[in-house]
Amino acid sequence: MSGTVNLLIGIAMGLNLMALGSSRLPSVIRAVAVQGVVLGLIPLLLNQGFEWMVILMAVGTVFLKGFVIPHLLRRAMRAANIDREIDPIVGYVPSLLLGAAGAIVAVAVTYRLPLLPEHSHTLLVPGSLATIFTGFILLICRVKAISQVCGYLILENGIYLFGLLLIHATPLLVESGILLDLAVGVFVIGIIADRIQRAFDSLDTRKLTVLRE
Amino acid sequence: MRDLLLILIPFAGAAAALAWQGERSRPYLLPATSLLHTALALWLLFDPPVVGPGAWFGFDPLARAMLPAVSILFLVCSFYCVPYLRTCISRPNRIFVALLLAMLGLMSAAHEARHLGLLWIATEALTFAAVPIVHFAGTPRAFEATWKYLLIGGTGIALSLLGSFCLGYASLSGGGTGDLTFTALVAQGGSLSGPWVVIAWVFLLAGYGTKMGLAPMHTWKPDVYGEAPGVMGAILAGGVTTVAFTALLRVRAVVDAAGESAMASRTLMAIGLFSMLVAALFLLGTRDFKRMLAYSSVEHMGILVIATALGKVGVWAALFHVWNNSFTKGTLFMSAGNIRRAAGAHTVDEVSGMSAITPRSAAIFVTAMLAVTACPPFGPFFSELLIVRTAFATNHLAGAAIFLGCLLFAFFGMTRLVFAVVDGKPRPAAVQGRKRFAETAGVVLPPLVLLVLSLWLGLATPQVLRDSWTAAAEQIFPGP
Repeated sequence: MSGTVNLLIGIAMGLNLMALGSSRLPSVIRAVAVQGVVLGLIPLLLNQGFEWMVILMAVGTVFLKGFVIPHLLRRAMRAANIDREIDPIVGYVPSLLLGAAGAIVAVAVTYRLPLLPEHSHTLLVPGSLATIFTGFILLICRVKAISQVCGYLILENGIYLFGLLLIHATPLLVESGILLDLAVGVFVIGIIADRIQRAFDSLDTRKLTVLRE
Repeated sequence: MRDLLLILIPFAGAAAALAWQGERSRPYLLPATSLLHTALALWLLFDPPVVGPGAWFGFDPLARAMLPAVSILFLVCSFYCVPYLRTCISRPNRIFVALLLAMLGLMSAAHEARHLGLLWIATEALTFAAVPIVHFAGTPRAFEATWKYLLIGGTGIALSLLGSFCLGYASLSGGGTGDLTFTALVAQGGSLSGPWVVIAWVFLLAGYGTKMGLAPMHTWKPDVYGEAPGVMGAILAGGVTTVAFTALLRVRAVVDAAGESAMASRTLMAIGLFSMLVAALFLLGTRDFKRMLAYSSVEHMGILVIATALGKVGVWAALFHVWNNSFTKGTLFMSAGNIRRAAGAHTVDEVSGMSAITPRSAAIFVTAMLAVTACPPFGPFFSELLIVRTAFATNHLAGAAIFLGCLLFAFFGMTRLVFAVVDGKPRPAAVQGRKRFAETAGVVLPPLVLLVLSLWLGLATPQVLRDSWTAAAEQIFPGP
C-alpha cells in the first residue's frame, strides 16, 4: 500500500517539474489538474477501513481540483486570448533546475526531521516540501495571473499532502472544512483574475503597478 | 449556548440580507444585527460563561478580553454604513451587507475558536469574505488592490495552515493523539516535539503575521486600505487584525507550554520592532492619507507583538492596546473616508484646506491622529506607556529605545500629512464637492462616538475590562 502511495507522490513530484518547465498555459493547467486528482486519491489508500466521509472527501477533492477549477482557469485563459507565459521573471530552464534542486533538498531535509517511524519511509514529507517550493517558484517567478493561480494551487496541494500526516488524528469535519475553504479560496481568486482581465484587458500582473509609494 | 449565539446571530442576519428585497431598507439590517451582537457580547463580558475544557468554541477569557471591542467597533461602523450605502445606491448592496454580517460572524467564530483547525477555517473564510467588499468601488485600482490582497493574504493563510499541521505533528510525534484543541496542546506541553514546535511557530507567525500586517508581510495593507471603502478599512484594521492577534496569542501559549518561550519572545520582539521601523519610515514618506492609515496600522500591530514578547504584564498592556487600536482606527478610517469623499481624492497633492469644507470630520480626524500617536489623555497613551515601562522593567533597553524612536518618527510623519490635508486653501474640486457630500449626523457621529470611547478608556478604564485583561493574560501565561 505504501508503495502505491509513494508512486502517486512521485507522479505528483514529476508534475511539479512539468508545471515549472512548460511555457504553454494549457499544459501548466493540465499538470495542476492531474496533480489534484492524483493527490485526491491518496486518502483512499491511507485509510484501512471503508469510511464514507473519507470517500466523500476524496471524490470532492478530485472533482474540484481535477475538473471544476481547471475548467475555470481554461475559461479565463480563452477569454483573455492567451496561451503562453511570455518572458517570465525567471526562465523555464532555470526554474526547472531550481525545482529539481528543491526536490533534492526536500529529500535531504526530511532525513534530518524527527519523523515517526511510520512516516519516515514514505515520500509524504519530501513530496509535500518539494510541492510547496514549486508553488512558491510559480507564484514569484511568473507574471500571468493564471500562472500565479496555478502556483497557488500547487502550494495548496503541497500543504494538503503534509496534512495527510495527520489524517488519522484530525476530525474529518475539520479536514473537510479546510478543504472546502481552500476550494472557495481558489474560486474567489479565479473570479478576481477574470475581473482583472476585464478591467485591464490583460492578465499580466506587471500592469498592476498603480498602487505604490 | 450564548457564546454560540454570538456566531449564529450575524449569520442569521447575513441570510436575512440575502433574502431581503428592499435595496434602500436592507442596510438597516447591519445596525439591527450588530446591536443584538454587541448587547450579547457585553452581557457575556459582565457575566462570562463557563467554558468546557474540550469545547471547540467558547467565550473564554481571551475571547472575553477582545471580542467586545470588535463588536462595539462593528456596531458603530454599521451605523456609518447606512448613510454610506445610501450615497452609492446605484450599486446593489446585497452582497455588501450580507458579507459584512458574515464577517462579523466569522470574527466572532475566530475569536472563540479553541481548536487550531477551526481557527484557521474561520480566518481563511474571513479573508475571502472581505474580497467583494474590498473591490466594492469597482475601479481598476480597487481590483489591483484586491489581487494583491488575495495573493499575499492567500499565501499567508496557506502558511498558517502548514504551521497548524506542523503543530499537530508535534503532538503526534511527541506521543500525543494529534488533537488540535488548544487545551489539549497546552496540556501535552513539554512532551510536544521541540523541533516541530519551532517549525510550526515560524509558519504560524508568518501566516497570521501576514493577516495582521506585520512587516515584511505587510505589503498588501497600504493598497487595500487605500482603495477599500473607509468602513471596510476600519473593520480590517480594528477587527480582522485582532483575530490574527488572538490566534498568535493562543499559539504562543502552546509554544510556551512546550518550553520554547524564550525563542517565541525573541522572534516576536524582532518582528515587532522591524514592523514599527518600516511603518515609521513609510509614514515619513507617503503622500496618501488613506495609505498613511495602513502604515499606522502596521506600526500598531508591531506594538502589539512587542508587548506580547514582554511577558504577562506585556500581554495585559497589549490587550488594553487592542481596544485602543480598534476605537482609534475606527475613528480615523471613518473621518478619513468623509474627507476623501468630499475631496474626491486621497493624496496631499490633490487635497488641502479640508477644515473649511468638512470642518467636523477634519476636527475629528486631527484629534484621532493625536489619539493614535499616543497623546494623553487618550487610551493609546496609557497602553503604550505601560508597554514602555514593562520593557524597561524587563531590561529590554535597546528595544524600548527603538520603540520610542519609532513612535516619534510616526508622529512626525502623521502630523505632516494630516495638517497638510486639513490646513491651507481648499482646492476647487473640493469646493464643488461640498454639494456632493454633506456632513450629516449619520457620518459624523459614528467616528465621534469611537473617539469619545477612546478618551473614556484613557481617563477611566472600566474595572470589568481590567479584570478581563487580567484573566486573559493569566490564560496565556499561567503561573506567576
